[in-house]
Amino acid sequence: MAQTDVKAARPLSPHLTVWRPTITYVMSIVHRITGGALYFGMLLLAWWLVAIASGPEAFGTVDRFLGSWFGMLILFGFTWALLHHLLGGIRHLIWDTGAGFSRAGRNGLAWATIIGSVLLTILVWIVGFVAR
Amino acid sequence: MVQLTLPKNSTITEGKVWPKPAASRTKEFRIYRWDPDDGRNPRIDTFHVNVDDCGPMVLDALLWIKNKVDPTLTLRRSCREGICGSCAMNIDGMNTLACTKGYDEVKGAVKVYPLPHMPVVKDLVPDLTRFYAQHAFIQPWLKTASPTPQKEWRQSREDRSKLDGLYECILCACCTTSCPSYWWNGDRYLGPAALLQAYRWLIDSRDESTGERLDDLEDPFRLYRCHTIMNCAQTCPKGLNPAKAIAEIRKMMVERQV
Repeated sequence: MAQTDVKAARPLSPHLTVWRPTITYVMSIVHRITGGALYFGMLLLAWWLVAIASGPEAFGTVDRFLGSWFGMLILFGFTWALLHHLLGGIRHLIWDTGAGFSRAGRNGLAWATIIGSVLLTILVWIVGFVAR
Repeated sequence: MVQLTLPKNSTITEGKVWPKPAASRTKEFRIYRWDPDDGRNPRIDTFHVNVDDCGPMVLDALLWIKNKVDPTLTLRRSCREGICGSCAMNIDGMNTLACTKGYDEVKGAVKVYPLPHMPVVKDLVPDLTRFYAQHAFIQPWLKTASPTPQKEWRQSREDRSKLDGLYECILCACCTTSCPSYWWNGDRYLGPAALLQAYRWLIDSRDESTGERLDDLEDPFRLYRCHTIMNCAQTCPKGLNPAKAIAEIRKMMVERQV
Protein backbone atom coordinates (compact mmCIF):
# COMPACT_ATOMS: atom_id res chain seq x y z
CA MET A 1 0.00 0.00 0.00
CA ALA A 2 1.21 3.47 -0.82
CA GLN A 3 2.46 5.50 2.09
CA THR A 4 0.59 8.77 2.49
CA ASP A 5 0.82 11.52 5.06
CA VAL A 6 -2.61 10.88 6.55
CA LYS A 7 -2.02 13.22 9.50
CA ALA A 8 -1.49 16.25 7.27
CA ALA A 9 -4.75 15.60 5.46
CA ARG A 10 -6.81 15.31 8.63
CA PRO A 11 -9.49 17.97 8.88
CA LEU A 12 -9.89 20.17 11.95
CA SER A 13 -13.17 19.58 13.76
CA PRO A 14 -15.48 22.64 13.97
CA HIS A 15 -15.25 24.80 17.09
CA LEU A 16 -16.66 28.36 17.29
CA THR A 17 -19.52 27.57 14.91
CA VAL A 18 -20.79 24.56 16.83
CA TRP A 19 -20.27 25.70 20.43
CA ARG A 20 -23.41 26.73 22.28
CA PRO A 21 -22.54 29.99 24.06
CA THR A 22 -22.90 30.10 27.83
CA ILE A 23 -23.04 33.31 29.84
CA THR A 24 -19.45 32.99 31.14
CA TYR A 25 -18.20 32.39 27.58
CA VAL A 26 -20.08 35.42 26.22
CA MET A 27 -18.95 37.69 29.07
CA SER A 28 -15.34 36.66 28.45
CA ILE A 29 -15.64 37.70 24.81
CA VAL A 30 -17.40 40.97 25.74
CA HIS A 31 -14.63 41.69 28.27
CA ARG A 32 -12.09 41.46 25.42
CA ILE A 33 -14.17 43.59 23.07
CA THR A 34 -14.79 46.32 25.68
CA GLY A 35 -11.07 46.25 26.53
CA GLY A 36 -10.28 46.90 22.87
CA ALA A 37 -12.96 49.60 22.62
CA LEU A 38 -11.39 51.46 25.54
CA TYR A 39 -8.35 52.24 23.39
CA PHE A 40 -10.61 54.25 21.09
CA GLY A 41 -12.33 55.77 24.11
CA MET A 42 -8.93 56.97 25.33
CA LEU A 43 -8.31 58.61 21.93
CA LEU A 44 -11.60 60.43 22.40
CA LEU A 45 -10.54 61.58 25.85
CA ALA A 46 -7.14 62.68 24.55
CA TRP A 47 -8.83 64.61 21.72
CA TRP A 48 -11.00 66.39 24.29
CA LEU A 49 -8.01 67.26 26.51
CA VAL A 50 -5.92 68.49 23.59
CA ALA A 51 -8.87 70.66 22.49
CA ILE A 52 -9.11 72.17 25.96
CA ALA A 53 -5.41 73.07 25.83
CA SER A 54 -5.71 74.45 22.27
CA GLY A 55 -8.28 77.10 23.03
CA PRO A 56 -11.97 77.93 22.82
CA GLU A 57 -12.32 77.40 19.08
CA ALA A 58 -10.96 73.83 19.07
CA PHE A 59 -12.89 73.03 22.23
CA GLY A 60 -16.06 74.33 20.60
CA THR A 61 -15.68 71.86 17.74
CA VAL A 62 -15.20 68.92 20.12
CA ASP A 63 -18.01 70.08 22.36
CA ARG A 64 -20.42 70.42 19.43
CA PHE A 65 -19.51 66.92 18.20
CA LEU A 66 -19.80 65.26 21.60
CA GLY A 67 -22.99 67.20 22.33
CA SER A 68 -24.68 65.95 19.14
CA TRP A 69 -26.85 62.83 19.31
CA PHE A 70 -24.12 60.82 17.53
CA GLY A 71 -21.45 62.06 19.94
CA MET A 72 -23.65 61.24 22.91
CA LEU A 73 -24.22 57.75 21.53
CA ILE A 74 -20.47 57.21 21.32
CA LEU A 75 -20.01 58.56 24.84
CA PHE A 76 -22.81 56.31 26.13
CA GLY A 77 -21.07 53.32 24.54
CA PHE A 78 -17.73 54.42 26.00
CA THR A 79 -19.29 54.68 29.48
CA TRP A 80 -20.76 51.21 29.16
CA ALA A 81 -17.52 49.70 27.83
CA LEU A 82 -15.58 51.26 30.70
CA LEU A 83 -17.99 50.07 33.38
CA HIS A 84 -18.34 46.61 31.84
CA HIS A 85 -14.56 46.21 31.68
CA LEU A 86 -14.25 47.50 35.24
CA LEU A 87 -16.80 45.02 36.59
CA GLY A 88 -15.17 42.26 34.52
CA GLY A 89 -11.85 43.16 36.14
CA ILE A 90 -13.39 42.92 39.61
CA ARG A 91 -14.85 39.53 38.61
CA HIS A 92 -11.37 38.31 37.64
CA LEU A 93 -10.02 39.67 40.93
CA ILE A 94 -12.60 37.59 42.83
CA TRP A 95 -11.64 34.51 40.81
CA ASP A 96 -7.96 35.14 41.57
CA THR A 97 -8.76 34.57 45.26
CA GLY A 98 -10.18 31.14 44.40
CA ALA A 99 -13.80 32.20 45.08
CA GLY A 100 -16.81 32.28 42.75
CA PHE A 101 -16.08 29.12 40.77
CA SER A 102 -19.23 27.13 41.63
CA ARG A 103 -21.96 26.92 39.00
CA ALA A 104 -24.06 29.49 40.84
CA GLY A 105 -21.00 31.62 41.58
CA ARG A 106 -19.57 31.82 38.07
CA ASN A 107 -22.94 32.31 36.37
CA GLY A 108 -24.03 34.84 39.00
CA LEU A 109 -20.84 36.86 38.55
CA ALA A 110 -21.24 36.79 34.77
CA TRP A 111 -24.84 37.99 34.93
CA ALA A 112 -23.88 40.61 37.52
CA THR A 113 -21.27 41.97 35.08
CA ILE A 114 -23.72 42.55 32.25
CA ILE A 115 -26.71 43.70 34.34
CA GLY A 116 -24.53 45.77 36.66
CA SER A 117 -22.72 47.49 33.79
CA VAL A 118 -25.99 48.48 32.08
CA LEU A 119 -27.54 49.76 35.31
CA LEU A 120 -24.40 51.69 36.31
CA THR A 121 -24.16 53.25 32.85
CA ILE A 122 -27.74 54.49 33.05
CA LEU A 123 -27.07 55.75 36.58
CA VAL A 124 -23.97 57.65 35.47
CA TRP A 125 -25.94 59.33 32.68
CA ILE A 126 -28.86 60.23 34.95
CA VAL A 127 -26.41 61.76 37.45
CA GLY A 128 -24.64 63.51 34.55
CA PHE A 129 -27.83 65.10 33.23
CA VAL A 130 -29.12 66.04 36.70
CA ALA A 131 -25.80 67.64 37.67
CA ARG A 132 -25.61 69.64 34.42
CA MET B 1 -2.61 31.31 16.95
CA VAL B 2 -6.16 32.50 16.69
CA GLN B 3 -7.71 31.31 13.47
CA LEU B 4 -11.45 31.79 13.65
CA THR B 5 -12.34 29.94 10.45
CA LEU B 6 -11.77 26.32 9.50
CA PRO B 7 -9.00 25.38 7.03
CA LYS B 8 -10.09 24.67 3.46
CA ASN B 9 -10.06 20.89 3.85
CA SER B 10 -12.21 21.12 7.00
CA THR B 11 -15.21 23.20 5.91
CA ILE B 12 -18.40 21.24 6.29
CA THR B 13 -20.74 20.34 3.45
CA GLU B 14 -24.27 18.96 3.44
CA GLY B 15 -24.23 15.18 3.35
CA LYS B 16 -26.67 12.40 2.80
CA VAL B 17 -30.19 12.23 4.21
CA TRP B 18 -30.70 8.59 5.09
CA PRO B 19 -34.21 7.15 4.64
CA LYS B 20 -36.60 7.52 7.55
CA PRO B 21 -37.61 4.24 9.21
CA ALA B 22 -41.27 3.26 9.09
CA ALA B 23 -41.97 4.11 12.71
CA SER B 24 -44.45 6.28 14.58
CA ARG B 25 -41.86 8.06 16.75
CA THR B 26 -38.48 9.09 15.35
CA LYS B 27 -35.69 11.44 16.42
CA GLU B 28 -33.52 13.30 13.93
CA PHE B 29 -29.74 13.12 14.27
CA ARG B 30 -27.36 15.32 12.30
CA ILE B 31 -23.93 13.75 12.49
CA TYR B 32 -20.47 14.90 11.36
CA ARG B 33 -18.88 12.48 8.92
CA TRP B 34 -15.41 12.40 7.47
CA ASP B 35 -13.91 9.51 5.58
CA PRO B 36 -10.10 9.59 5.20
CA ASP B 37 -10.34 7.41 2.10
CA ASP B 38 -12.69 9.30 -0.21
CA GLY B 39 -10.76 12.58 -0.45
CA ARG B 40 -13.84 14.72 0.22
CA ASN B 41 -14.52 17.39 2.81
CA PRO B 42 -16.39 16.59 6.04
CA ARG B 43 -20.19 16.50 5.71
CA ILE B 44 -23.28 16.36 7.87
CA ASP B 45 -25.42 13.26 7.44
CA THR B 46 -29.03 13.20 8.61
CA PHE B 47 -30.44 10.07 10.24
CA HIS B 48 -33.83 9.29 11.76
CA VAL B 49 -33.81 6.92 14.71
CA ASN B 50 -36.82 4.84 15.71
CA VAL B 51 -37.00 5.79 19.39
CA ASP B 52 -39.34 2.90 20.23
CA ASP B 53 -36.60 0.49 19.14
CA CYS B 54 -33.67 2.31 20.82
CA GLY B 55 -32.28 3.06 24.30
CA PRO B 56 -32.51 6.57 25.77
CA MET B 57 -28.93 7.82 25.39
CA VAL B 58 -27.19 9.45 22.42
CA LEU B 59 -24.76 6.51 22.40
CA ASP B 60 -27.70 4.10 22.08
CA ALA B 61 -28.90 6.09 19.07
CA LEU B 62 -25.43 6.17 17.47
CA LEU B 63 -25.10 2.40 17.86
CA TRP B 64 -28.65 1.94 16.54
CA ILE B 65 -27.60 3.87 13.43
CA LYS B 66 -24.38 1.86 13.14
CA ASN B 67 -26.23 -1.45 13.50
CA LYS B 68 -29.28 -0.73 11.40
CA VAL B 69 -28.53 2.09 8.96
CA ASP B 70 -24.87 2.77 8.23
CA PRO B 71 -22.25 0.35 9.60
CA THR B 72 -19.43 2.70 8.56
CA LEU B 73 -20.35 5.30 11.23
CA THR B 74 -17.20 5.46 13.34
CA LEU B 75 -16.97 6.37 17.03
CA ARG B 76 -15.14 5.39 20.20
CA ARG B 77 -17.09 3.78 23.02
CA SER B 78 -16.47 1.27 25.72
CA CYS B 79 -18.11 1.27 29.15
CA ARG B 80 -21.48 2.87 28.24
CA GLU B 81 -21.78 4.15 31.83
CA GLY B 82 -19.74 7.35 32.01
CA ILE B 83 -16.53 6.01 33.53
CA CYS B 84 -14.19 5.30 30.59
CA GLY B 85 -14.47 8.65 28.79
CA SER B 86 -14.20 7.10 25.32
CA CYS B 87 -17.45 8.44 23.83
CA ALA B 88 -16.72 12.12 24.54
CA MET B 89 -18.08 14.26 21.69
CA ASN B 90 -19.83 17.53 20.98
CA ILE B 91 -23.57 17.00 21.36
CA ASP B 92 -26.06 19.86 21.04
CA GLY B 93 -23.27 22.42 21.28
CA MET B 94 -21.61 21.14 24.45
CA ASN B 95 -18.95 18.48 25.00
CA THR B 96 -20.22 15.51 26.92
CA LEU B 97 -20.30 11.72 27.02
CA ALA B 98 -22.71 10.19 24.51
CA CYS B 99 -23.46 7.39 26.98
CA THR B 100 -24.77 9.67 29.74
CA LYS B 101 -26.54 12.24 27.57
CA GLY B 102 -30.21 11.48 26.97
CA TYR B 103 -31.37 12.54 23.51
CA ASP B 104 -34.75 13.56 24.91
CA GLU B 105 -32.88 16.45 26.62
CA VAL B 106 -32.25 17.92 23.17
CA LYS B 107 -34.96 19.95 21.45
CA GLY B 108 -35.26 19.22 17.73
CA ALA B 109 -32.49 17.52 15.80
CA VAL B 110 -29.54 16.20 17.81
CA LYS B 111 -26.33 17.64 16.38
CA VAL B 112 -23.29 15.46 16.94
CA TYR B 113 -19.73 16.55 16.15
CA PRO B 114 -16.30 15.30 17.21
CA LEU B 115 -14.61 17.14 20.11
CA PRO B 116 -13.96 20.71 18.86
CA HIS B 117 -10.75 21.98 17.23
CA MET B 118 -9.09 18.59 17.01
CA PRO B 119 -7.62 16.68 14.04
CA VAL B 120 -10.22 14.13 12.96
CA VAL B 121 -9.18 10.52 12.39
CA LYS B 122 -12.59 9.48 11.07
CA ASP B 123 -16.18 10.64 11.72
CA LEU B 124 -16.49 11.21 15.50
CA VAL B 125 -12.99 10.02 16.38
CA PRO B 126 -10.48 12.81 17.14
CA ASP B 127 -6.71 12.40 17.39
CA LEU B 128 -5.89 12.72 21.13
CA THR B 129 -2.12 12.24 20.84
CA ARG B 130 -1.25 15.74 22.03
CA PHE B 131 -3.83 15.59 24.82
CA TYR B 132 -2.19 12.46 26.22
CA ALA B 133 1.30 13.93 25.80
CA GLN B 134 0.21 16.91 27.90
CA HIS B 135 -1.10 14.58 30.59
CA ALA B 136 2.24 12.77 30.59
CA PHE B 137 4.04 16.11 30.86
CA ILE B 138 2.60 16.82 34.32
CA GLN B 139 3.97 13.44 35.53
CA PRO B 140 0.78 11.97 36.95
CA TRP B 141 2.29 9.68 39.55
CA LEU B 142 3.49 9.89 43.14
CA LYS B 143 6.98 11.35 43.29
CA THR B 144 8.84 10.91 46.59
CA ALA B 145 12.33 11.26 48.02
CA SER B 146 11.86 9.62 51.42
CA PRO B 147 12.31 5.84 51.74
CA THR B 148 9.33 3.80 50.62
CA PRO B 149 7.35 2.65 53.67
CA GLN B 150 6.96 -1.07 54.52
CA LYS B 151 3.27 -0.92 53.70
CA GLU B 152 1.33 1.89 52.04
CA TRP B 153 1.94 5.65 51.97
CA ARG B 154 -0.34 6.83 54.78
CA GLN B 155 -2.69 9.76 54.38
CA SER B 156 -5.11 11.34 56.87
CA ARG B 157 -8.81 11.43 56.05
CA GLU B 158 -8.59 15.21 55.88
CA ASP B 159 -5.71 15.14 53.38
CA ARG B 160 -7.46 12.45 51.37
CA SER B 161 -10.58 14.61 51.12
CA LYS B 162 -8.51 17.27 49.31
CA LEU B 163 -8.43 14.93 46.31
CA ASP B 164 -12.22 14.86 46.05
CA GLY B 165 -13.39 16.64 42.93
CA LEU B 166 -10.04 15.87 41.28
CA TYR B 167 -9.49 12.11 41.32
CA GLU B 168 -12.85 11.57 39.56
CA CYS B 169 -11.45 12.96 36.27
CA ILE B 170 -11.70 10.29 33.56
CA LEU B 171 -9.56 12.13 30.96
CA CYS B 172 -12.35 12.23 28.40
CA ALA B 173 -10.97 15.55 27.01
CA CYS B 174 -14.38 17.29 27.08
CA CYS B 175 -12.97 20.23 29.08
CA THR B 176 -9.70 20.69 27.20
CA THR B 177 -11.39 20.68 23.80
CA SER B 178 -14.07 23.12 25.03
CA CYS B 179 -11.48 25.77 25.89
CA PRO B 180 -10.98 28.61 23.36
CA SER B 181 -7.55 29.29 24.87
CA TYR B 182 -6.67 25.70 24.06
CA TRP B 183 -8.17 26.05 20.58
CA TRP B 184 -5.82 28.94 19.80
CA ASN B 185 -2.76 27.90 21.85
CA GLY B 186 -3.10 24.16 22.37
CA ASP B 187 0.50 23.64 21.31
CA ARG B 188 1.79 25.58 24.31
CA TYR B 189 -1.08 25.77 26.81
CA LEU B 190 -1.53 22.52 28.76
CA GLY B 191 -5.32 22.82 28.90
CA PRO B 192 -7.82 22.28 31.72
CA ALA B 193 -7.62 18.47 31.99
CA ALA B 194 -3.83 18.30 32.33
CA LEU B 195 -3.86 21.20 34.80
CA LEU B 196 -6.59 19.62 36.94
CA GLN B 197 -4.44 16.49 37.03
CA ALA B 198 -1.40 18.61 37.89
CA TYR B 199 -3.27 20.10 40.84
CA ARG B 200 -4.38 16.63 41.94
CA TRP B 201 -0.67 15.74 42.48
CA LEU B 202 0.31 19.16 43.81
CA ILE B 203 -2.04 18.92 46.77
CA ASP B 204 -1.54 15.23 47.45
CA SER B 205 -0.06 15.18 50.99
CA ARG B 206 2.10 12.16 50.08
CA ASP B 207 3.79 13.78 47.10
CA GLU B 208 7.23 15.28 47.77
CA SER B 209 7.80 17.00 44.48
CA THR B 210 5.59 20.07 44.82
CA GLY B 211 8.36 22.58 44.12
CA GLU B 212 9.54 20.94 40.91
CA ARG B 213 5.95 20.45 39.76
CA LEU B 214 5.30 24.17 40.20
CA ASP B 215 8.58 25.01 38.41
CA ASP B 216 7.41 22.97 35.41
CA LEU B 217 4.14 24.89 35.27
CA GLU B 218 5.54 28.39 35.78
CA ASP B 219 5.25 29.56 32.20
CA PRO B 220 3.18 32.23 30.46
CA PHE B 221 1.53 29.60 28.29
CA ARG B 222 1.48 26.24 30.09
CA LEU B 223 -0.51 27.56 33.06
CA TYR B 224 -1.31 31.21 32.47
CA ARG B 225 -3.20 30.94 29.16
CA CYS B 226 -6.33 30.20 31.21
CA HIS B 227 -8.60 33.26 30.93
CA THR B 228 -11.40 31.87 33.13
CA ILE B 229 -13.79 31.50 30.21
CA MET B 230 -15.20 28.59 32.26
CA ASN B 231 -16.25 26.38 29.34
CA CYS B 232 -14.33 23.58 31.08
CA ALA B 233 -16.41 23.71 34.24
CA GLN B 234 -19.66 24.27 32.32
CA THR B 235 -19.10 21.23 30.12
CA CYS B 236 -17.43 18.60 32.37
CA PRO B 237 -19.67 15.51 32.27
CA LYS B 238 -18.45 14.53 35.75
CA GLY B 239 -19.28 17.94 37.25
CA LEU B 240 -15.66 18.75 38.08
CA ASN B 241 -14.12 22.21 38.05
CA PRO B 242 -10.79 22.51 36.20
CA ALA B 243 -11.02 26.33 36.27
CA LYS B 244 -10.95 26.26 40.06
CA ALA B 245 -8.03 23.83 40.08
CA ILE B 246 -6.11 26.22 37.81
CA ALA B 247 -6.88 29.14 40.15
CA GLU B 248 -5.60 27.06 43.09
CA ILE B 249 -2.32 26.32 41.25
CA ARG B 250 -1.88 30.04 40.60
CA LYS B 251 -2.46 30.72 44.30
CA MET B 252 0.27 28.18 45.14
CA MET B 253 2.59 30.03 42.73
CA VAL B 254 2.00 33.28 44.61
CA GLU B 255 2.12 31.72 48.05
CA ARG B 256 5.52 30.14 47.54
CA GLN B 257 6.97 33.55 46.71
CA VAL B 258 5.83 35.36 49.87
